Amino acid sequence: MTAANSTQAQPVTRSPAVRRWSQRLPRILVMICLVLIAAVSLFPLYWLFVTALTPASSTVKLPPEMIPTHPTLENLERIIRVSGTGKLRLGGESIITMPRLLLWFINTAFIAIFSTALHVLFDSMAGYAFAKRKFPGSNLFFYMILAALMIPAQVTLVPLYLMITQFKLINTFAGVMMPGLADVIGIFLLKQYIQTLPSELIEAARIDGASEWGAFTRIVLPLSAPGLAVTAIFAFQRYWNSFLWPLIVLQSPDKYTLQVGLSFVNTSEFGTDYGLLMSGAALAAIPMIIVFFAFQKYFMQGLRIGAVKG
Amino acid sequence: MSASPATRPGPLARVARFWQRNKWSYFFIAPSMILFSVFIFFPVIQAFLFAFQKVDLRGSSWVGLKNFTDLASSKLFWASMRHTVIYAFFVVVAWISSSLAVAALIQPLANRAQALFRGAFYLPNVISIIVISLVWIWIFHPEFGFFNYLLGLFGLGPVLWLQNPDIALWAIVLSTVLIVPGTGVVLYSAAIGAIPPELYEAAEVEGASAFRKWVSITIPLLKPTTLYLMVIYTIAGFQIFERVYIMTGGGPINSTMTIVQLIYQTAFSDFNYGRASAEALILFAIIATASIIQFKFLSTDIEY
Repeated sequence: MTAANSTQAQPVTRSPAVRRWSQRLPRILVMICLVLIAAVSLFPLYWLFVTALTPASSTVKLPPEMIPTHPTLENLERIIRVSGTGKLRLGGESIITMPRLLLWFINTAFIAIFSTALHVLFDSMAGYAFAKRKFPGSNLFFYMILAALMIPAQVTLVPLYLMITQFKLINTFAGVMMPGLADVIGIFLLKQYIQTLPSELIEAARIDGASEWGAFTRIVLPLSAPGLAVTAIFAFQRYWNSFLWPLIVLQSPDKYTLQVGLSFVNTSEFGTDYGLLMSGAALAAIPMIIVFFAFQKYFMQGLRIGAVKG
Repeated sequence: MSASPATRPGPLARVARFWQRNKWSYFFIAPSMILFSVFIFFPVIQAFLFAFQKVDLRGSSWVGLKNFTDLASSKLFWASMRHTVIYAFFVVVAWISSSLAVAALIQPLANRAQALFRGAFYLPNVISIIVISLVWIWIFHPEFGFFNYLLGLFGLGPVLWLQNPDIALWAIVLSTVLIVPGTGVVLYSAAIGAIPPELYEAAEVEGASAFRKWVSITIPLLKPTTLYLMVIYTIAGFQIFERVYIMTGGGPINSTMTIVQLIYQTAFSDFNYGRASAEALILFAIIATASIIQFKFLSTDIEY
């Protein structure tokens, strides 16, 4: 602001309007800067939806359409057609035939939701034990779990693959879901959260004759709902977006998740049809975008709880 | 506890009492501990053993350090190492500085606007890297891609972003560093917000300039956040895989081969599990070193 004043050569008193602007200017510049940076960061996402909604003939033309003038879902229809049809097995004899893209969506949702539920249950149990119960070895067990945090997933990749093969779990959802359940973050997050709950409440439940399990399900779990939400959201995100492990475990196209299926569409003959590819990618992105806008608060909270300890 | 020696219970009774007292605690941690043992601890030990064996589809045999010496003389391994280090270095530097800059810029805004920007910068984080990488292939398209369209406006290009072996790695770096990382923005923003305003007021009384306040107060107090982010970004940088797998598959002519892409190919294209484990252990050693440095720095934290 002082710089702006000194450029003012004539010593005439400036009108209030000019003064107001010279005060606001830095703020406006900062705002413009931020909007530009945000626009760059969000551009790939924007471009994804623009291309997905643009008719096929317009995607390969110059200049590109920055805003879809004739938005259409024809790309989505095409990827549904070219990905073929698959069979959803509901166990036993019941089989539903449907477009593979839809099948991939259902597979991903099933894996993500089911694993998230198990995650929340197991992590809250362990988090509760580490936060509120004293037992021999608790420190040792907790440090073991923390040590696991240091191990990159790539180290266990080959042994896990051979193990899953040996257990005959290749090409099964169980094989995709199980190894990921051993995850430190949720336990850590819930331990931190449950530590903040008053122990007297759990004590009171015991005195009132609640069983240990009852005290956990009726006192601890309801009170840690926000912590559970954070854990659930991070777990869901991880499973919905996971790629390498499902890529290795799942081998028949009817079992693929969306991410795995899309990677194969990318390398197939349709991989150069970007409208088609982007509409499939948009389908994979939309659920996470919805989850994000619905639970934005919890994402931010979870980041901070996770970072406190490092 | 207060039992006299005469009534001291026998060992069996003591075990029973121990069990009675602790069974619920062990019950609560059992699922997690079983999962960790089966799916992390056991495979880690196996990975260490595999690294000194020849393991393939037919079976395994001990080969000592052969996997490691083979890697040491492998041009591709060193190239993948170099690519990974380049990628990690630029990503860490760019992400730390861009997220710090954005967090500092949004700080003076009203709470509502701050939350809006934090959300905007965090949004790309929740999308799978597969999706993001597919979009980048399209943005980098030689003929109809957005980047070459932009360059064309200035009479430049077209650049073969992902097809030219001299450029492909840099294109992948560019696709990463152009996006401001949401985690960094959120954490820096929270950390800057937590700095007591009195510190700045005191500095103002002393006549400190805005720059001086930034260097002497803000940066030092953000050190724990910086170190935390640095390590998670270093780890993420070294683990780069999906981007490479989707955008280039390690090519053209291995110019974007990274360690994890190499591990993937060694294990699942060459079926050389022993060598893949050795590669993974080297990655582990690098990441562990980074983490140890983190803990070392974090333990000398200033508290405020």
